[in-house]
Amino acid sequence: MIKAVMMMNTQGKPRLAKFYDFLPVEKQQELIRGVFSVLSSRPENVSNFLEIDSLFGPDSRLVYKHYATLYFVLVFDGSENELAMLDLIQGKYDDDFSLMLAFVVLVETLDKCFSNVCELDIVFNYSKMHTVLDEIVFGGQVLETRSDEVMKAVEEISKLEAASNSISLVPKSVSGWRGGR
Amino acid sequence: MEQLKTIGRELAMGSQGGFGQSKEFLDLVKSIGEARSKAEEDRIVLSEIDILKRKLLEPDIPKRKMKEYIIRLVYIEMLGHDASFGYIHAVKMTHDDNLLLKRTGYLAVTLFLNEDHDLIILIVNTIQKDLRSDNYLVVCAALNAICRLINEETIPAVLPQDLVSSFVSILKQVTERRLPKSYDYHQMPAPFIQIKLLKIMALLGSGDKSASEIMYMVLGDLFRKCDSSTNIGNAILYECIRSISCIIPSPKLLEAAADAISKFLKSDSHNLKYMGIDGLGRLIKISPDIAEQHQLAVIDCLEDPDDTLKRKTFELLYKMTKSSNVEVIVDRMIDYMISINDNHYKTEIASRCVELAEQFAPSNQWFIQIMNKVFEHAGDLVNIKVAHNLMRLIAEGFGEDDDDADSKLRLSAVESYLQIMSEPKLPSLFLQVISWVLGEYGTADGKYSASYISGKLCDVADAYSSDETVKGYAVSALMKIYAFEIASGRKVDVLPECQSLIEELLASHSTDLQQRAYELQALLALDARAVESILPLDASCEDIEVDKDLSFLNGYIQQAIESGAQPYISERERSGMLETTDYHSQDHHEVPSHALRFEAYERPKPSSLPTQASTELVPVPEPSYYSEAHQPISTSSVSERESSEIKLRLDGVKQKWGRPSYQSSTSASSTPPQAANGTSSHPDVGVGSSSLKPRSSYESKKPEIDPEKQRLAASLFGGSSSSRSDRKSSSGGHKPAKGTASKPPKENPIPVQPPPDLLDFGEPTATGVTATDPFKELEGLMDSSSQDGGSTDVMGVLYSDAAPVTTTTSVDSLLSELSDSSKGNPGTYQSQTSKGPNSKEALEKDALVRQMGVNPTSQNPTLFKDLLG
Repeated sequence: MIKAVMMMNTQGKPRLAKFYDFLPVEKQQELIRGVFSVLSSRPENVSNFLEIDSLFGPDSRLVYKHYATLYFVLVFDGSENELAMLDLIQGKYDDDFSLMLAFVVLVETLDKCFSNVCELDIVFNYSKMHTVLDEIVFGGQVLETRSDEVMKAVEEISKLEAASNSISLVPKSVSGWRGGR
Repeated sequence: MEQLKTIGRELAMGSQGGFGQSKEFLDLVKSIGEARSKAEEDRIVLSEIDILKRKLLEPDIPKRKMKEYIIRLVYIEMLGHDASFGYIHAVKMTHDDNLLLKRTGYLAVTLFLNEDHDLIILIVNTIQKDLRSDNYLVVCAALNAICRLINEETIPAVLPQDLVSSFVSILKQVTERRLPKSYDYHQMPAPFIQIKLLKIMALLGSGDKSASEIMYMVLGDLFRKCDSSTNIGNAILYECIRSISCIIPSPKLLEAAADAISKFLKSDSHNLKYMGIDGLGRLIKISPDIAEQHQLAVIDCLEDPDDTLKRKTFELLYKMTKSSNVEVIVDRMIDYMISINDNHYKTEIASRCVELAEQFAPSNQWFIQIMNKVFEHAGDLVNIKVAHNLMRLIAEGFGEDDDDADSKLRLSAVESYLQIMSEPKLPSLFLQVISWVLGEYGTADGKYSASYISGKLCDVADAYSSDETVKGYAVSALMKIYAFEIASGRKVDVLPECQSLIEELLASHSTDLQQRAYELQALLALDARAVESILPLDASCEDIEVDKDLSFLNGYIQQAIESGAQPYISERERSGMLETTDYHSQDHHEVPSHALRFEAYERPKPSSLPTQASTELVPVPEPSYYSEAHQPISTSSVSERESSEIKLRLDGVKQKWGRPSYQSSTSASSTPPQAANGTSSHPDVGVGSSSLKPRSSYESKKPEIDPEKQRLAASLFGGSSSSRSDRKSSSGGHKPAKGTASKPPKENPIPVQPPPDLLDFGEPTATGVTATDPFKELEGLMDSSSQDGGSTDVMGVLYSDAAPVTTTTSVDSLLSELSDSSKGNPGTYQSQTSKGPNSKEALEKDALVRQMGVNPTSQNPTLFKDLLG
């Protein structure tokens, strides 16, 4: 089972964090800090796997991918496969876009460099990021791996949101950003 | 008008996901939502409970109404109140034919009940029926319920008969691309499902030859089909390797797995190397030769700057440690342990060092050195048991009644400690060991004078004045040294710093230290005869009997009671008295059978089964495999085992739920390990003849590689047979630490009896990749018999340790020796096990000894007083 999905920038600021086990917020923050301190001490060009029993309990592992200013982190237990997990956050080739990142920038172009865009995209499309993530991973299990399926679902959800009255519950700024894209 | 409003509201609710509930229900939800306090909410819920209790008693409730009542029950339960009065209605609803009602029933049941609830028995039948339904929604509902409600006892009822072939056929369909294209991921058909299926197959096939055979085809196909250019393809390849390491593989599959591993290891990607090392660690249990081909890759990984890879490699080395390479591996581990700051991993690697050292130590000196290093660098992290083990080891010697060797060992320990003591900042635990050893054996040899040792001990107590435990150990050690001096008739001069230490401690805030100081002072005033009986020389291993009932006080108690004291009433009785005094006083003399029974009656018979059933009912073959590995005498073989097993008592249950294949599956699963064991008994090859091959292959690589690495490789993998035999001759004289001593005798007979179908498993190693060193085979097979589960692993490694050391020339003699010792004199083993590190008796003894004050603890300081009078 996947225990957590995190994105944080190279300064250690969490940009997206989702835990699939219940954890109090303080514990989550502690874990994010712990993960960051482990990751930041690792050199380039080493393997993307880490065993982090010390943070998440026995038999827990982590894969991470470093993109520009961001770390993508997946924490999971022994019932998942490291390489498969890595594939989830990194796609087919190393220079490929990550599945999720690709949605954030709405698959406009694969080449469009995310080095200066991506972190901001995540910050400003926070709720959309979560929608995308929920389409891919649900309750700690990988549900959907086809990006076009995910895209379709996400678009439908945003359409529904736009149509529904409940939009007034969400602060204007957020919907504004959604409309802006 | 009012009615219209209600209808309108209901409609509005309905559009948002409600299903036409009554006004009552909506009001309930609304009032709960608007409740201002928990008390108000509780009041609402309690009245709701009353209403529902009444309504549920009414006859002929319409189904739609009943559905709403059940949802209201869910509300009650959700808010923390008990709705058990309505559970049975939810259970009934699952029987309904209407899909919506059925699903509501299942939902409520999964929320209300847990897997051990008594009502589950009523649902099992419905679930069975629903699983056979044509409507997939019904099947899904049943499956959901199974996840929450079925326990080990009831699972055979809902399990399909033949799991293995159905999973294999699913996997086959997936790999043959019979799923819709939309399941593809990077041109791989449903890889995540494949991974899950492979994991399941690993569980189902472990130790089950016939099940494994069904899987061979599809696994072979996967190896051929997998695209190793993508991550996800490699993920599946790796998963195949994992499955193969769990099931009983065919030689062909092993070869394919080895190929995949070597591809991983040769890759530039660190991720794949990591997978390769991990796979190697798994396969090495089945075919130990496999590591030899990759020795250089392994060493590269060991020296890689990547920490993850390094740790994985250490894990691999840990798995392949034997007495021939333990020194190199443990040295490496300790170097790494010193270099890292991560306390969590430091602890782990330290405990591994200790474990390996205890099992494989080539010499006692080496063992003590290693322990010193571990304590010095990770002393605060290791378990206190390790320290106690070390003390016991030094005290008891190494199993042989060779006093000379023992005292040499002690002397070397004392010497090394005196040297290390001068270093600043030693961990507390290490200082405790040092103090204890110096106290017991510091002056035993006559090499060091009492005043020298006691001066050192005073230094320790001074330097670590904030650590009370260390101080306590130091004072006790001082006491022992002085006691030995007095007992041997020498004059004792207490050093001035000692004197001041004692005086300081006499006024210590710690009662424990104070007591020790007083005891020491009292002891100094006693004469030789008295001292000798209090603290005899080198008596730390003597048994001390403790009279737990304190019967020696009986006379005193009798006296006190005669003079009018109240008899003692135990605490439990006292509290019981308090609660029951009221009616005890009234009907004290009434016969208890007339009283009302307030506690529940015993549960009906079938429900008492799970305790025995739990291991047997789970169809995963692992438990039976496990028990096979620990089977005391494998010669007694399958038939006897079957008859003696408790599962007979489950017959009723089995028939009821119709699971006839179950029994046969266990009997089938119990044979393969024997086959595995059998191979080891048959190698007719001599020792030296066969191991030439790996050596030559390794020499052929010579030109391109660093000689340093080569040497390391040779020492790690024992590439040549010569180094192995050297070790043998050099270490033949002494016992390898406590490893062998603690070896349970039941392990021995394994290779003795050759089961009939040993050739089956013998094939892989014979036709397999490289050498057929009979020792290797023996070790490997022992290891393979202990897959899964750390505890069994230890046994396997233990065994493989014993083989090279105890044997002289050939396997045959090893076998005869082993069989002799197992049949001949169990008595010797008995005595040896009592000294082993895991022996319960030894631990108990250790605890007693500690309690008696040889090792100071604050647990029972008053005992001293009693002892010293």
